[in-house]
Amino acid sequence: MKKWQRKDLVGLENLTREEIELILSTAESFKEVSTREIKKVPALRGKTVVNLFYEPSTRTRVSFEVAAKRLSADVITIATETSSVKKGETLIDTGRNIQALKADIIVVRHNCSGAATMLARHVDISVINAGDGWHEHPTQALLDIFTLKEKYGKIEGLKVSIVGDIAHSRVARSNIWGLTKLGAKVSVCAPKMLVPVAIEQMGVRIANDIDDALKDANAVNVLRMQFERDEGTAFPQQMEYFKNFGITRERLEKAKKDIVVMHPGPLNRGIEISSAIADGANSVILEQVTNGIAIRMAVLYLVAGTKN
Amino acid sequence: MKLLIKNGRVVDPANKRDEICDILVSDGKISKVANNISCQGCRTIDATDKIVMPGLVDMHVHLREPGREDQETIASGTQAALKGGVTSLLAMPNTTPAIDCAKHAGLLKKIIRNDAAANVLICGTITQGRAGRKLVDITQLGKAGAVAITDDGASVDDQRILLTALKQAGKGGLLLICHCEDKGLSVNGEVNLGIASTRMGLRGISQESEYLRVQRDIDLANKANARIHIAHVSCKETVEIIAKAKKKGVKVSAEAAPHHFALTEEAVYGFDTNMKMNPPLRAREDAEAIKKGLKDGAIDAIASDHAPHTENEKDIEFERANFGVIGLETELAVSISELINTGVLDWPQLVCKLSLSPARILGIDKGTLGPGRSADIIVVSPQKQWVVEKDKFISKSQNSAFIGRTLRGVVEYTIVEGKVAYQLK
Amino acid sequence: MTFREKAKIMDKEAMERAIKRIAHEIIERNKGIQDLAIVGIRNRGAYLAERVAAFIEDIESIKVPVGILDITLYRDDLTAVAEQPQVHKTEISFDITDKKIILVDDVLYTGRTIRCALDALVDFGRPKYIQLAVLVDRGHRELPIRADYIGKNVPTALKETVQVLLREVDKKEEVVILEQGDA
Repeated sequence: MKKWQRKDLVGLENLTREEIELILSTAESFKEVSTREIKKVPALRGKTVVNLFYEPSTRTRVSFEVAAKRLSADVITIATETSSVKKGETLIDTGRNIQALKADIIVVRHNCSGAATMLARHVDISVINAGDGWHEHPTQALLDIFTLKEKYGKIEGLKVSIVGDIAHSRVARSNIWGLTKLGAKVSVCAPKMLVPVAIEQMGVRIANDIDDALKDANAVNVLRMQFERDEGTAFPQQMEYFKNFGITRERLEKAKKDIVVMHPGPLNRGIEISSAIADGANSVILEQVTNGIAIRMAVLYLVAGTKN
Repeated sequence: MKLLIKNGRVVDPANKRDEICDILVSDGKISKVANNISCQGCRTIDATDKIVMPGLVDMHVHLREPGREDQETIASGTQAALKGGVTSLLAMPNTTPAIDCAKHAGLLKKIIRNDAAANVLICGTITQGRAGRKLVDITQLGKAGAVAITDDGASVDDQRILLTALKQAGKGGLLLICHCEDKGLSVNGEVNLGIASTRMGLRGISQESEYLRVQRDIDLANKANARIHIAHVSCKETVEIIAKAKKKGVKVSAEAAPHHFALTEEAVYGFDTNMKMNPPLRAREDAEAIKKGLKDGAIDAIASDHAPHTENEKDIEFERANFGVIGLETELAVSISELINTGVLDWPQLVCKLSLSPARILGIDKGTLGPGRSADIIVVSPQKQWVVEKDKFISKSQNSAFIGRTLRGVVEYTIVEGKVAYQLK
Repeated sequence: MTFREKAKIMDKEAMERAIKRIAHEIIERNKGIQDLAIVGIRNRGAYLAERVAAFIEDIESIKVPVGILDITLYRDDLTAVAEQPQVHKTEISFDITDKKIILVDDVLYTGRTIRCALDALVDFGRPKYIQLAVLVDRGHRELPIRADYIGKNVPTALKETVQVLLREVDKKEEVVILEQGDA
């Protein structure tokens, strides 16, 4: 198989199918490490990983921290509240300062789309995108795909529906790129104003309604509805959303028996998904969390080897 | 002082000339256009295999002075203009202070007199401080030297104000230029509303935000029976609306910027902030419609919308970066590469779009090589290749959308009022 | 750089005899197979481990546990190589604590691979002891490591390479010495 050549991982949009498969197979090997009594290997001993988070995040940040530590890297986390970001330092300056500290990898979470791409262009060290605006969240999509592959053995030919606020979702975009590159058939389902224009040009189908999205689907990826987001346009009411798009037992009864239910977390129980489903037999939500560590270990390991 | 330009292909659509001949210049004016002119002791430029044409008249340039001399000045901007073959340009009034009264126009005039290396025409605002609320004194602005008015960067939302402005500008002989954008519809957009905004996860700027406003402004002009000029046309619906209005006899003219016909929204995918401008790069069909509009006359002029920004304002997160790209030094080459070499326009047509039409729209005596006219001439190697390089710009800013591109067409000489103001080294 | 075959040092039969002998020696030295487990180092060591286990089963009629160790993550040259070597799974499904571990590899050379393997193994538990079995010992040690069971000692030059070919991977059974040179 081809070796990994990229300094950075900023998104799945530019990756080839082979590169995505390499990350997935590497993650398979790393998953075993977390099952050991001593959950640590020395692969990144002496490397420094900086988590640069401009947006509050617990899950992704902790997941990256655990992944880096299991690889024996040193991890430093910079969150906006405690950094000089508030003093107006630009992202590039912050990046260059981190580089001057002789860190090896920056894991960046930012509220602006394209921030990771821009940072990667301006520093020589590796940049991993931990979510930029509405643009991409590649490691989340990779762990979703990894989880699906564990269930079905392959991605090619699977029918996957993504339900929720597609327009504002980096998880949706990364999943669409990754899944379509691997040959899955992807549908999206959302209230009309949350379906971005020309989304079909990304190779997906727009489902008519939630039942249409679930029908024949092998998996459904339920996005978190962020009602705190106020774009000034008519955002749906919470209860109305649950009524029309919520994943419930009644709806799943009409779907395939073994449909896999995913959610990137944190859950809004009773809004996008009912508790019975979130905790039920079809849910793989906690496996996703476990697999997230393996994916992030794999990505850290791969980019760490590409110092130019 | 006499100057002889020999053996060039003289393209002068105003006089229906497109032939190899000589031009003799004396005392800043064109004195003779003929074959085999000889002139003892004259400075002679050999223009064999070159195009000799009137200097470009760029009716949409942000020179930033006064106020933002770190981005551009009258001096640096006009030097950049000369390199790009632009001998006359209209300076946009969104400076600090804005050119919204005779006093500010006078201030600008003084800087121009001292620093300008090319003809700089003054443009005033439509409303005070470009705030859209209170009309400026158009008569006074005209007396102070303004040839046009615009609130460029913003549209005049209030229809009553725009209607009055159209009428007064018409009476005073000033051109009213509209930046057509309904900010309520473009809602903080960053890129074209379409596959670009969807792929990149950015807010989109809809086509409607432009063309609905174009329709409204044209209707108002029609009602006022006044002239109107539409700035930086970016989408196909706009081209169609303008074509229709022209057919109906409305006194409308329009310009397009080179980036809007040479580039499409795909160029933005890599989050390159040098591809961020307003209006945004649109879809392929829009770029094609603009080319077609240039060919069939819906669009009269090519203007750069030269908008310099410092590195600090551009080399930041895409959403935070300023809109705008520079264009003075590339507009001729981009036009040759994209319009001549693809067969969209022939040379006389291109010279119309770049020189003659904008001069006529602005009502200035430029864009022609007739005897007795002012000698603003450029000599161009039409097929010479060059690569656009960031550190080669004369402009104070380097935010070009064409960095790294290979273009054809190099300005060898720029002659302003009979003097060689720029010569390629 | 190209390599050409200099000599064949073991054929299929010789390899089988050597592995069988090693199996006997393991049983003899450990006084039976109580608490014995075999761990092969990826890639070819893993197949050799299976074969040793199969011979032991032939002799003792009991299958000893077999595991596979991937030592990539423990390599001491990770920062030196241009790209990350591909990581494969480690598969040790039994508890190695208090076990007598026989570590198996195809060729013993500098000893660095074995050093990595020892590091990796102790992360899985605390074995009673670890012994090392190799099919070929070609010398040139860079670390104080020696094998307990050796199929064949082969003196080599530094510019030579010893290649063990196995039917599971290479569709061929032999051990050859390659030397640098024009093809």
